[in-house]
Amino acid sequence: MSVDTTRAAVPPSRGTAARRASSQLSARPRLRLSLLLAAPLTWLVLVYVVALAALLVSALWTVDSFTGEIDRSLTLDNLKEITTESLYRTVALRTVGVAALVTVVDVLVALPIAFYMAKVASKRAQRILVIAVLTPLWASYLVKAFAWRSVLSDGGIFQWAASPFGLDTPGYGLTAVVITQAYIWLPYVILPIFAGLERVPNSLVDAAGDLGASPWTSMRTIVLPLLVPAIIAGSIFSFSLTLGDYITVNIVGGANQMLGNLVYTNVGAANNLPLAAAIALIPIVIMIGYLTAVRRTGALENL
Amino acid sequence: MPLTPAGSPSAAITLRGLSKHFGDTRAVDGVDLDIADGEFFSMLGPSGSGKTTVLRLVAGFERATAGTVELAGEDVTTRAAFDRDVTTVFQDYALFPHMSVLDNVAYGLRVRGVGKDARRKQALEALGTVQLAHLKDRRPGQLSGGQRQRVALARSIVVRPKVLLLDEPLGALDLKLREQMQVELKQLQRDLGITFVFVTHDQEEALTLSDRIAVFSDGRIVQLGTPREIYEHPTSEYVASFVGTSNIFDAATSTRLLGRDATHALRPEKISLSGADEVDPGTTDGVVRAPGVVTESIYLGTGHRIHVRLDAGGSLVVLEQSTGGRVAREQRGEKVVASWSLDDLVTLT
Repeated sequence: MSVDTTRAAVPPSRGTAARRASSQLSARPRLRLSLLLAAPLTWLVLVYVVALAALLVSALWTVDSFTGEIDRSLTLDNLKEITTESLYRTVALRTVGVAALVTVVDVLVALPIAFYMAKVASKRAQRILVIAVLTPLWASYLVKAFAWRSVLSDGGIFQWAASPFGLDTPGYGLTAVVITQAYIWLPYVILPIFAGLERVPNSLVDAAGDLGASPWTSMRTIVLPLLVPAIIAGSIFSFSLTLGDYITVNIVGGANQMLGNLVYTNVGAANNLPLAAAIALIPIVIMIGYLTAVRRTGALENL
Repeated sequence: MPLTPAGSPSAAITLRGLSKHFGDTRAVDGVDLDIADGEFFSMLGPSGSGKTTVLRLVAGFERATAGTVELAGEDVTTRAAFDRDVTTVFQDYALFPHMSVLDNVAYGLRVRGVGKDARRKQALEALGTVQLAHLKDRRPGQLSGGQRQRVALARSIVVRPKVLLLDEPLGALDLKLREQMQVELKQLQRDLGITFVFVTHDQEEALTLSDRIAVFSDGRIVQLGTPREIYEHPTSEYVASFVGTSNIFDAATSTRLLGRDATHALRPEKISLSGADEVDPGTTDGVVRAPGVVTESIYLGTGHRIHVRLDAGGSLVVLEQSTGGRVAREQRGEKVVASWSLDDLVTLT
């Protein structure tokens, strides 16, 4: 097809339906915004707000112990039970302890890795490392948990490697839960810290050294304080994700239970949905407390 | 006291055969330089000429591929930045964003283990020298560019270094502020008696401020001298065109025009123009008069920049100051005679 250059230069503007709609939309920012947000807002309201409200309400119901029927009259019995029974306090404290340990381990492991990625590695090595950090996220959570089950098992790699030195291996238990969870959530902690480090200009480290600070001092006084928001952002991931977990603890936790297990058994075997809902409120309350505490640090802008 | 092998005992910085290669690129290629104690020394060159790398080598942020760096006669080539008695004012100021202005300035004292009260007092004093004591509690993010610049200066001088390195410190400031800071820098350097090494690509800034200038090109020093020497007697075409504006006559034009077989440079302000009917062309009494045609006349405020195409070939840029209310009459197409003294011609090699 030959092109007629004299006519092709400026195509005439035609009033198609799509063009008319576009010009209508560009003149009405409110309408534009509501069309854009309609679908995601519906989704958010249904999935989060309604589901959370349902959870809160059902926590106030009870189950008739004879018939197993749900009694929809509102009572605080379930909330009383989870706050007074020592079982729930023990499990809640254990869960928070495990989540805190996982977070500490993840931050300690993530800091040097992220530092190497952001400040030492060449551009090429940096790309490869980012991919390497992200790749485990492609594997199923279950596969990774079972992989650790085999690593930690009797006669597994851990024992094989440690026994010549006369060392004991943790076996299945809370230590195994911490190791496995720390492994699974590590990418979520490395990435925000890496991004935070990327935002710390090299000239700041140069300037600190220039003024007489040793590398360790400039790390402590310049880099770490600037990284606090990024570290907290990462810790929110590892802490909240561990808080709600019940699968890893089933696979490598031995006989130990976490809050998620209590919810699971009450939904399933015990058939007490209202009590399960009440227990599920515990991690929610803990997370709200944690988020309120870290909001002041400005970490939430780093998510 | 150990004497430097070649430099004088009062040399603040001595560079010998200093080279820095990044892969195949020779960023710095065999630089020899002595900078005297208390000198305001500028390293001038376009970006990529190696001047900033030399500065980073002196500061200790980069390790030399070859050669040595001596500070006050002491070989520091392999020492880390925090172990050298120099401080740097960075191009982006590199202020610590999470600290107040006062803590920024006190940082160098803090890492040296100076007590809290003493370092507060000294930092306030340094902030006083740059007239910013009233902003001591602000964060760097709340300051203007000029104020950040001053904080960076105060932070660097508070530790009383022997040498202060300045990496294009005025580059990010607007013209008015830059001129004001130039004056203040010069005063500060005189008051403190510290050696200043100033890196810039702005030739005017280098000429205004420096005791001596090293002009850089491709990792080497192409000319070293006082601002007057550099401006009035450039030794190469590169320096003549980089520092200020120059009319360059190549060998062929020089032969036709002056009867000399060499490349010559001539500053635009050394040339005067007269109407073609007022003077006769030719060379008499050491004054060259060359006829030509005005091709462009640009009003500069302080004067006119006039481009003239010479009848003998080649073109000239002429700077005419508007002094005493005289207006440049030269219009495009007008025939004129450009005249200059033979003494103002610089022979280039």
